[in-house]
Amino acid sequence: MKNKGLNKVDLIFEKVNLKEVLIKAFKMSGDEIIQQVLASGLKGRGGAGFPTGLKWKYTAAEKSPEKYIVCNADEGEPGTFKDREILDRVSYKVYGGMAIAARAIGAKQGIVYLRGEYRFLLPQLMKELETFHKIIEEIGYDFKIRYAMGSGAYICGEESALFESIQGDRGEPRNKPPYPTTSGVFYKPTSINNVETLVTAMMIIKHGAETFTQLGTKDSRGSKVFSISGDTPTPGIFELELGMTVLQFVNEFGDGDTKAVQVGGASGFCVPRKKFTDTIIGFEGVPTGGSMKLFNSSRSMYNVLHNYLDFFAEESCGQCTPCRVGCQQLLKGVEKVKKGEAKSTYLNELVKLADTMKVASKCGLGQSVGNAFRTIVENFREEIIY
Amino acid sequence: MINLTINDQFLSVPAGTTVLAAAQKLKINIPTLCNHPDLCVAGNCRVCVVEQKGARTLIAACATPVSEGMDIHTNTLKVRNARKHIVELLLTEHRSDCTKCYKNTKCELQALANEFAFGDTIFLDLVEDHPYTIDRSSPAFTKDDSKCIHCQRCVRTCAELQYISAIAVANKGAHQKISSFHDRPMSHVVCTNCGQCVNRCPTGALIEKTYIDYVWDAIYDPDKHVVVQTAPAVRVALGEDLGYDPGERVTGKMVTALRQLGFDSVLDTDFSADLTIMEEGTELLTRLKKILADGDKKTRLPMFTSCSPGWVKFIEHKYPEFLPNLSTCKSPQQMFGALAKTYYALTKKIDPSKIVSVSVMPCTAKKYEADRPEMRDSGYKDIDYVLTTRELAVMIKQAGIDFRILKPSPYDSVMGESTGAGVIFGATGGVMEAALRTAYEIVTGREVPFNNLNITPVRGMDGVKEASIKIEGCTEEWKFLEGVELKVAIAHGLANANKVMKRVKQGKAPYHFIEIMACPGGCIGGGGQPIPTNSEIRENRIKAIYSEDEHMILRKSHENPDVIALYKDFLGKPNSHKAHELLHTHYVERDNY
Repeated sequence: MKNKGLNKVDLIFEKVNLKEVLIKAFKMSGDEIIQQVLASGLKGRGGAGFPTGLKWKYTAAEKSPEKYIVCNADEGEPGTFKDREILDRVSYKVYGGMAIAARAIGAKQGIVYLRGEYRFLLPQLMKELETFHKIIEEIGYDFKIRYAMGSGAYICGEESALFESIQGDRGEPRNKPPYPTTSGVFYKPTSINNVETLVTAMMIIKHGAETFTQLGTKDSRGSKVFSISGDTPTPGIFELELGMTVLQFVNEFGDGDTKAVQVGGASGFCVPRKKFTDTIIGFEGVPTGGSMKLFNSSRSMYNVLHNYLDFFAEESCGQCTPCRVGCQQLLKGVEKVKKGEAKSTYLNELVKLADTMKVASKCGLGQSVGNAFRTIVENFREEIIY
Repeated sequence: MINLTINDQFLSVPAGTTVLAAAQKLKINIPTLCNHPDLCVAGNCRVCVVEQKGARTLIAACATPVSEGMDIHTNTLKVRNARKHIVELLLTEHRSDCTKCYKNTKCELQALANEFAFGDTIFLDLVEDHPYTIDRSSPAFTKDDSKCIHCQRCVRTCAELQYISAIAVANKGAHQKISSFHDRPMSHVVCTNCGQCVNRCPTGALIEKTYIDYVWDAIYDPDKHVVVQTAPAVRVALGEDLGYDPGERVTGKMVTALRQLGFDSVLDTDFSADLTIMEEGTELLTRLKKILADGDKKTRLPMFTSCSPGWVKFIEHKYPEFLPNLSTCKSPQQMFGALAKTYYALTKKIDPSKIVSVSVMPCTAKKYEADRPEMRDSGYKDIDYVLTTRELAVMIKQAGIDFRILKPSPYDSVMGESTGAGVIFGATGGVMEAALRTAYEIVTGREVPFNNLNITPVRGMDGVKEASIKIEGCTEEWKFLEGVELKVAIAHGLANANKVMKRVKQGKAPYHFIEIMACPGGCIGGGGQPIPTNSEIRENRIKAIYSEDEHMILRKSHENPDVIALYKDFLGKPNSHKAHELLHTHYVERDNY
């Protein structure tokens, strides 16, 4: 397959006239908006990649006088900082995206769940929100947004744990089904979308679905904002067209000595140098919510893995067995192997455990611990053992 | 109806049925741990994972509703491997001192380990990685974190059934634990000691405080005269721990067994239940008289029953402003205790300091109640040791008694006689029914106008029940009650108690008398009863209680000859000065945190 190469795009941070876009959007019916978003092929930008149009369609189909659009701004994946930048620079576009989503699904209330560590942004966000509410009022549309604050738990970025947190309960993921589109925050039909997804959706409405589908690949349409960190001379936020290979990415952002790229943060996949050429960044290869961390040859991949496992053992909510105990076993297990207190073949048993966690954990956290574990252990086995 | 297949067997079940329930219909066993029929679905232990064709992950059978065309397999290699891992993982966080554990052979984790995780595990022991506490502060139960497997049954019990949340989840990840308010000891938080958590704990993390060894010591002490009383609900449940089906009455065998254990006198809490009716019924009528005839403004209605120590502590914590509404009567256990070291000692000519008073209760809160400082009106500790139904079963086994071949025998005399009214104390609505049988007759001179004395409106498992009875044809002394519609309510389980109390607080509860029991189903569903306890088992025990009542010759408390003799020889009349000294108590306002 021919890949797209590396192209920088300016969609998310492009200045727009909010009122004009909203007037255009509100002239469309909810269904027309949904059709546009479906046609664009937009998938959720938080990492899981669920088709946004479908999510809106399911929520719209629910017959309930009370529905919610929730913006997931609990950006907690290690190595991700793009939502912070979006909120900092173009929060009015986030609000705009929420209003369009609200129109699509039939919600009158929106909630932004803001990461606890981003509280410092709140004063400017509230100021922007005031302006937004004025515009909405001028247009004569019935929609209000409010903020709910996180308190630093990674798990509260999981949609159902996030709802529990908004409701004032302990942030623990729920059993699914029911899915949020049926029973979300306050057990009402809810569409929950990532900050970037909402902005992208608004830009799709502004420019039309075709403009968007011209970018990216069949499985990964459009562009996305990447948070680039690690061993790179140019760390920061970059909006790139989807469909490039890891090699093209490394050629642009690497320091000439890149041995691995962790795509998608702690819950994502480790791509070693030998796989740079044929790994596409996107849903056909390695999906990412935006976190791209480059490691050069001075880094110990044992330390990288240990750091991730330590993080998960701390940030698991602790309710389900595979995740709570599994994370501790993986962490303690690699420590034993490193110290020579367990045989190197013990790593094989731990990989099997990671597989169990993937299929038996209650939510995405426990299910994705195995991604980094497996890819690091398989590709850098000698660094874990010796 | 939803069509699906499980292990290639086809079935149709109503929408909303879980995969677990559907499998149970096909008699396919899926192991569970965090699941409990009394509680909301948690889906957190993951032991019940099964394979759904086409699904990305395994699914939790307890938490997943069926959907059309589902193709479920419960015993694939993938499922078995995951289950084995999960049980092994649970064991790494569990301090497995099984041979010494009180729950040995009765532990649900042990049973699962036996099935899925025998032999050596590849996983590393995590018990010592976490600082753990063994909280022995409560007089009713012990909470041992090192045996906790985080299933949260106790947390859900305390929140959903009891509206207390004395125990809740704290911290996250590796540090997640089941804790109390500010990590305080259980004796220093709002805990009613009801033991419903103990009854639902699958492991030895929550167990009752056992007093078995103390009781054996007393029995073998030649200087001591050991009396034992058995609560009404014990006789319809004890059998379950000794090989009988739920709902089997084993009253006579139990009495024989207690005698064989070496108790000097085997007596009946039913006797003091009858006595409670005399005292509490009189108290109610006196309150009604003060309000209706004397226009007294200080007397409070509705009056609440006070036999359930879990409920008493609940109101002390949560609604202390209503303590004047709480009957001043002690519970039957404590009335018995106060009399054992006074009236009984006097009658039997035994030095009360030599008497050891033991009670067998369906309850863990009774252990706490016996320890209350108010409960020393005999001049001694009125009740020395409280055993649960489960502990009695353990003692019977320890003594090598073959319970099944025992011949039934009657209770000993003086405080051993009882009526059907005393028996039904064990079921929700029972105290109310017993009280009405007696009070109506005192006031009108006639029996309650219900077929065969069965006041069916106050029976049944509804969380809150209401009934009213019109008082007609009063005798001269009670003329002021003529035509009064006596309104009553009954609640069981403290979440239901709270519903009633909210209405009382809002002034929307037009009742004269309210019966409240802390445990679902009343005492038959108590925290000290055999495990498991669930709605089907509660129903069976209740049936047994009413059948016991029907089989009694005497069915009204005021006809109990031992009670009549007690008033004649010792107390005078109900609510007399002496009765107040020994049989009534007072309450304490407690913090609500």
